[in-house]
Parts: sequence; C-alpha cells; structure tokens
Amino acid sequence: MTTVFGVPLPAILGQMMLGLVNGSFYALLSLGLAVIFGLLGVVNFAHGAFYMLGAFAAYIGLASFGINYWWALLLAPLAVGLLGILMERLLLRHLYQVEPVYGLLLTFGVALIAEGVMRSQFGASGKSYPVPSLLQGGLNLGFMVLPVYRAWVIVASVTVCGVTWFLIERTRLGARLRAATENAKLVQAFGINVPLLVTCTFGAGVALAALAGVLAAPIVQVSPLMGSSLVIVVFAVVVIGGMGSIVGAIVSGLILGLIEGLTKVIYPEASNIVVFVIMAVVLIWRPAGLFGKEH
Amino acid sequence: MRAQIAVYGVLAAVALIAPFLGLYPVFLMKILCFAMFACAFNLLLGFSKMLSFGHAAFFGASGYVTGWLVTVQGWGTIAGILGGVAVALLLGLTIGAIAVRRQGIYFAMITLALGQLVFFVCLQADFTGGENGLQGIPRGSLLGLIRLSNDRIMYYFVLAVFAAVYLLIRRIVHSPFGQVLKAIRANEPRAVSLGYKVDRYKLMAFVLSASLSGLAGSLKALVLGFVTLSDVSQTNSGEVILMTLLGGSGTFLGPVIGAGVVVTLQEYLSDLVGAWVSVIIGAIFVVCVLVFRRGFVGEIQRLFARRAPAARD
Repeated sequence: MTTVFGVPLPAILGQMMLGLVNGSFYALLSLGLAVIFGLLGVVNFAHGAFYMLGAFAAYIGLASFGINYWWALLLAPLAVGLLGILMERLLLRHLYQVEPVYGLLLTFGVALIAEGVMRSQFGASGKSYPVPSLLQGGLNLGFMVLPVYRAWVIVASVTVCGVTWFLIERTRLGARLRAATENAKLVQAFGINVPLLVTCTFGAGVALAALAGVLAAPIVQVSPLMGSSLVIVVFAVVVIGGMGSIVGAIVSGLILGLIEGLTKVIYPEASNIVVFVIMAVVLIWRPAGLFGKEH
Repeated sequence: MRAQIAVYGVLAAVALIAPFLGLYPVFLMKILCFAMFACAFNLLLGFSKMLSFGHAAFFGASGYVTGWLVTVQGWGTIAGILGGVAVALLLGLTIGAIAVRRQGIYFAMITLALGQLVFFVCLQADFTGGENGLQGIPRGSLLGLIRLSNDRIMYYFVLAVFAAVYLLIRRIVHSPFGQVLKAIRANEPRAVSLGYKVDRYKLMAFVLSASLSGLAGSLKALVLGFVTLSDVSQTNSGEVILMTLLGGSGTFLGPVIGAGVVVTLQEYLSDLVGAWVSVIIGAIFVVCVLVFRRGFVGEIQRLFARRAPAARD
C-alpha cells in the first residue's frame, strides 16, 4: 500500500476530503465576513452566532413545524438574515462614525446574548439533525466511501460562493456595491441609496452564515456554542486571505480546510492550531494577507 | 488634585479594612486580581489604543505555569509567581511581535487568533491537566516566614502587589515612554515621521501589559487554588475588555471599578439566573458600546471637567 509520512494514502485522501467539507464552511463564513467588512468596515463577531442560529432555525423548523431540510435551506437564511438586518438598523448603524473596533465589540456582545438565550432555552448539549433522505448513502471514490451528504455540502458551498462572487464582480448591483465600498458619499450623490445597500449587504452576509449553519446541521451537533470557536478560525482565515478580498476568502477557506484535514493524519495534536500557526507565518511574510493589498 | 487624593485616601482605607467589614476575603482577592488584569489591559487599550482580544492567554498561561511550578515542581511561592510572569513576558513578546505589524481591527483579530492558539495548547499539553485544569495549588509562604494559607494574610499580600502594580502603571503612563505612547495613540503616522520607532514602543507596551496580566493570573491561581481552561478562554479575554470599557478605558481607576462590578455580577448572578449571565454580560457590552463609551469614571470626569473647565487634570 502506498504511504506518505508512514500514513496510508487512502487515509490521507479521506481526511483531505473531510477537510474540504470543513473548508467549505470556512469559505462560506469568511465570504460573508469579507463582504460585510468590505462595505461596512465592521468585523462581525456575531458571524458564528448567526451560523449557530441558522442551524437552530433548521432544527426548530423540523422539530416544531415539520419544515423539511430543503425548505430550511431557504427559510433559515431568510429568517436569520432578517435578524441581521434588524441588528444593523437598530444597533450597528450608530457606530459607523466611531472607530471600527467598537463594531467588533458590539457584535461580540450580540454573540454573547444569542448564545446565552439559546443555551437557556435548549441547554448546552448538542441536538442531532437527520440527513435528508435524498442525500443518504455513500459514494465509493475508490480510496474511501464519501457520504453523499458531505459531497453535497462541498458542491453546494462552492456553488454559492461562485454565485456570490459573480454577483459582486460581474453584475450592475455588484458594481454599485464595489463603488460604495470605494467612496460611499460619491455613490450616494449619484442617487443610489447607500444606507439601503449597506443594510441589504449585511443581511446577505448574515444569510450566508445561516446557510452554512443549515448545511452543517446534519454533520455536526446543533448546539449553542457551535459557532463560538469556529468564528475565531474564520477570522484567522480572513486574515490569511486578506480582509475584504472575496476571492481570498473563498480560496483560503477551502485550502485551509484541506491543510487542517491533512494535519489530522500527519500530526493530529496540531490540527486545532495549524490555521493559527499559518496565520502567524503569513503575517510575518505578507502582513496584508495572501490576496490583500496594503493600504 | 485635592479631590483625587481624597478619593484615593478613602479607597485605600476601605481596601485596608475591607476584610473586617464582613466581606469574604477570597471574593475581595478575586476582584483585586481581575482589577490588576484590567489595569494591565488598560495600559494597551486605554493608553495605547490597541484592542487585544487575546489577553486571557497571558493571564491563563501564567496561572498554569505558576500552578505547575508550585504544585509539581515544588517551587516557592515567589519563585512560582516569577516563573509564571516570565512565561507571560515571553509569550507577550512573541504574540506582540506578530500583532503590532497590523493596526486597529486587524490587531484585535490577530491577538484573538493567537490567544486561541494558546488556549488549544493549554487544552492539549500535559502539564495543564487538560479539561480538569490544575487543582489544589498551595499558597505556600513568603520567604518561608509568613504563611499565606490564612485568607486575611493572603489578602494583604495581594493588596500590596495590586497597589504596586497600580502605581507602576501610573508611573509608566506619566513617564516619557508613556508620552510617546500617547503621541502614537493620537497620530501614528506623525509619530513615525518624528522619528519614533513606533512598532518598538507598541511592542514594549504590549510586553508590559502581558507581563502584568500574567502576574494577575499567577496571583489568581494561588488565591483560588486552581486554574482551568476558562482562564485562557476567549470569554475571559472578552470579560477583561468589558471591565475596562465599563469602568472607563484610559482612566486609572476605571478598570478597577469595572472589575469590581463584573466579578460581583458573575458571583451573585450565576446562582440566580444560570445561562442568562452571558445574556446580561452581552447586553452590558452592547449598551456600553452604544451609549457609554467613556465608562463610569470617564463620564464622571467629563461631568467635573464641564463644571470646572479650568481645573482639568
């Protein structure tokens, strides 16, 4: 049997596949963060909480209202996105005049509130969410049997990332968004409603996080704390990719997922920290991140 | 100035007789340790405008090292504390050297990520006891003479260290070094153009803050007799931010008051409301950031400054 570093090749490929699944979540989450940061200049600490709320929305929908997975995929991001819009309108809006760190602190507070509320309602233990019947079973890839659901997660995330990239880089709406990022006042003077654009962008970024949450629900345990450590990894991913860079967020999300998967076979003890170590190295070598520009 | 002396006089008197007022000494010591932590943190946030989101790393790591040295290696109390602080200093030097390369929001995210790295190392390393943490850390004695197992004696020891740290921080802020930090805070490009090696000053402030945070963590480990993962967690990093913000960042007394409020809230609320504590803490965060950015002491100072514009400190 072929081995690499004394580890059988199929095991490596298998872990890389699972790493790619994690990478899909990183990509979706860091994409939303990057979009929000690009336009609002706010680092959304509540991103992990919105991811968690997306998963819970799916769980509650199924348990209490019989809403199936496919509808949850549509409705949960909508509902959580609305919550995000509410937060932007009621709270974040007041902070655009002060330093951006206050936005980070505010969203940190919101994350604590969201996690605390869910914990008092559902307890700290995880809830399981069934894999939809259409996506059960496995695909035999020769070196491993990949559960169909995980393959679906990769395909769905990459598609959503691609569509978002297209919307921002290749459409008229995206052009306005990018213009508003460069110079909000000028764009406003051209008669474009920038505050509305900002609100909708924030809502969309939050909806992406919630979508990631729904996609994750059947794989991970749905729990109030599922987003709190994930969001820090995603921050590191965004720093590595270069803040505000859409392509950087997607690419580095997927690649870091892969690297994390590889680390799990080669040196499992380091799998939790490898992303942070890479971040440190990238910062020493290229302080603006791999895809970022130094301002 | 006279009012300031009066305030400090009253505070010192209260601190000295507090254990005889029926207040639980361990609780008071916990407040003092977190107040020290918040003051050290304030050196960065308040006086250098760097928001570190990973300060629990220094607090927790130092606590772990002190606990391990005292419990497993049989070191004395003072040596154990110094060992912990030395580790916090080196950790501060490493993390700071990476983080000061970026400013503002990036600085916050980088310190957060590196703090999380330290958390995972503490989770997996052998000497930290993993999920259980370190238990039964003895307080030992001072130079083999004064036994610290007595809560009141320990209280005065912690109070003395706290007072020393507090005065040291005041001294640092008012020193030429502190004035350079102030200049960097006000206008960094200008400080660069004046020829100051800005990154080096920021790193020095970071290392100082990290070491003093470590000292607070070591003392806390000795006071309570245990160190757990929550000491190095991001929640702890968040709480020290809240203490500083709530009391008033950039003021000397603010972090002390903030620490008192937050520790008291946690101590009494967690029994009453359970998981809602984090909701309450989160709500205070939101209110603080939205309408109360100066904090308690900052607001009071503004009130006095308005009344007597000529007599500003």
